Amino acid sequence: MKNEARLMQGNEACVKGALDVGMRFFAGYPITPSTEIAELCAEKLPLVNGKFIQMEDEIGSMAAVIGASLTGKKAMTATSGPGFSLKQENIGFASFTEIPCVIVNVQRGGPSTGLPTSPSQGDVMQAKWGTHCDHPIIALSPSSVEETYYTTIKAFNLSEQYRTPVILLMDEVVGHMREKVILPNIEDLEIIDRKKPDPKNHKPYYPYDDSVDDSVPPLAAYGEGYRFHVSGLTHDKTGFPTTNPDIAEKLMNRLIGKIENNKDKILDYSTEYLNDADVVIFSYGSTARSAQRAVRLAREEGIKAGWVKTVVLWPFPEKLIDEICAKSKTIIVPEMNMGQLVLEVERIVAGRAKVERINKANGQLITPNEILDKIREVK
Amino acid sequence: MRPHLEKYFRMNKLPHIWCPGCGHGIILGSLIRAIDNLDLDQDNICIVSGIGCSSRAPGYMNFDTLHTTHGRALAFATGIKLSKPELKVIVITGDGDCAAIGGNHLIHAARRNIDLTTIVFNNNIYGMTNGQYSPMTPKGAFASTAPYGNIDRNFDLCKLAVAAGATFVARGTVYHTNQLIKLIEEALMHKGFSLVDAVSICPTYFGRKNELSSPIEMLKWQREHAISVNAAEKLSPDKLKDKFLIGKFYASQEPEYTEEYGRLIEKAQKQVLKQKKEGE
Repeated sequence: MKNEARLMQGNEACVKGALDVGMRFFAGYPITPSTEIAELCAEKLPLVNGKFIQMEDEIGSMAAVIGASLTGKKAMTATSGPGFSLKQENIGFASFTEIPCVIVNVQRGGPSTGLPTSPSQGDVMQAKWGTHCDHPIIALSPSSVEETYYTTIKAFNLSEQYRTPVILLMDEVVGHMREKVILPNIEDLEIIDRKKPDPKNHKPYYPYDDSVDDSVPPLAAYGEGYRFHVSGLTHDKTGFPTTNPDIAEKLMNRLIGKIENNKDKILDYSTEYLNDADVVIFSYGSTARSAQRAVRLAREEGIKAGWVKTVVLWPFPEKLIDEICAKSKTIIVPEMNMGQLVLEVERIVAGRAKVERINKANGQLITPNEILDKIREVK
Repeated sequence: MRPHLEKYFRMNKLPHIWCPGCGHGIILGSLIRAIDNLDLDQDNICIVSGIGCSSRAPGYMNFDTLHTTHGRALAFATGIKLSKPELKVIVITGDGDCAAIGGNHLIHAARRNIDLTTIVFNNNIYGMTNGQYSPMTPKGAFASTAPYGNIDRNFDLCKLAVAAGATFVARGTVYHTNQLIKLIEEALMHKGFSLVDAVSICPTYFGRKNELSSPIEMLKWQREHAISVNAAEKLSPDKLKDKFLIGKFYASQEPEYTEEYGRLIEKAQKQVLKQKKEGE
């Protein structure tokens, strides 16, 4: 039944969103708290002629996802902290070779094996810098079950549009929580598919053609007769290795630019009471729920508090921070880690406002009262 | 090069980067001849490699090609094959790539019996990084990280592949090229996971460190020490002491993974349809 409220778990909403946007390949390895995603993919994918495989390890499942994407399929994997670490080399491969794919990381407490069944937001910086060297990446973080559905769709759309891996940073709260969702008609969804080469205009086909308008070259699929080469070595427009510094520089600039120059189209955030706010809570993921509640409670007490929830973490919404600095005196960044995205906030604020932290990395979520106490303290 | 084989190469990418006397070109040539002999559809072949000297081969080959991360070629290839089973997927890997860092993927690709043809360009050394010992470096041999001789025990990759469930396993050498071509042809035609251990030569690192002064010496060594699996049956253990076996070691017909998955799809869809009807 469509458009009716239903009870759903976050991990389930992720799979539902992925299937609705056209995901037809999943490779994964069992890891808490993401396993429901693999289990549901194993059940649902064969019903739509999709493929599921449980690989021998996390590295292999990332590899299989990239391979499947090169045959033209929308492909996904899901994991948590330790598995996310293992996948990093191949995430870098996908980023550098510009192969669309979605990597779900249902964050759990860490480091190492850590707190497998407890929430965390500890992989924010790893999502950006986990693989070696500079590379483009997009990371999204939903705060509710319904938002997980839409954010999964957004993850695939961005991945296809910009030919890049997209990391969906869920957390254990969002992944395992069950709550009410209202799903749209599939016909009403915006679904973006990767650009394909036009057989008439792209002979010979250059998989890394840098003359295209939007810096995102079309991507052919294996088996279509293009006989193209994909390599993790630094490559020219044809895809073959080069050590020419000018070509290497141009490639790096295009890769970084295709995300940075399209930031305005990629960014996605919500705000409340920002206009007259003295103190703004800058939040993401499940922590944004506590932050919103805290801000509303503060308003009831007459405190001029404002709320930001950003779904897109990378690229970072720099202009939004500029706007907040112009009006507000203090920014509070609550995170279930020891201070990660706050570093980015501090970098942009650069002394124009006071930046306060609320950090928790003990496996417990941050409550509205903890944030409210901080608001009262700094107001 | 024979003109009729040129269509299989990206001629503008030649000459290759391999050292003079390297055996890898012979394996590449054998693979190309096997593909030509079988008259396979060039647009329906995808070639996947890992990292190392071996894995630069796909760059010279005029097919859909993928040069992946170290050790992971079989995992990438598994994704390609499962996603698009109609493609013929060939994996080119080396002894370090396949037997060390990628060993786990080899075990599980073989266990699944997924229809991939794996050619191991086995030069008994890490050539690309200046000659460190690999799992295939013989005990006692010298390498840049075995300056006092290698103490690791000898390792038989073919036995591992058979034990893990590969349904076609063979070994050839770059000296016995006609046999190598035939073995690769058989591997390509085999439905299921196949592996050909193609014993190469690395004069630059293995030869230089182990008193095999030239590529010719190394090929002669192959001629004198390789013995076919059939001939070996008639020889006493004493006569086999310093020999290694070549030829077809194992072939069987077992359910292939992507076909099994096809059947799973049918089963799942029927089951759901039945449940729906019962619900109505």
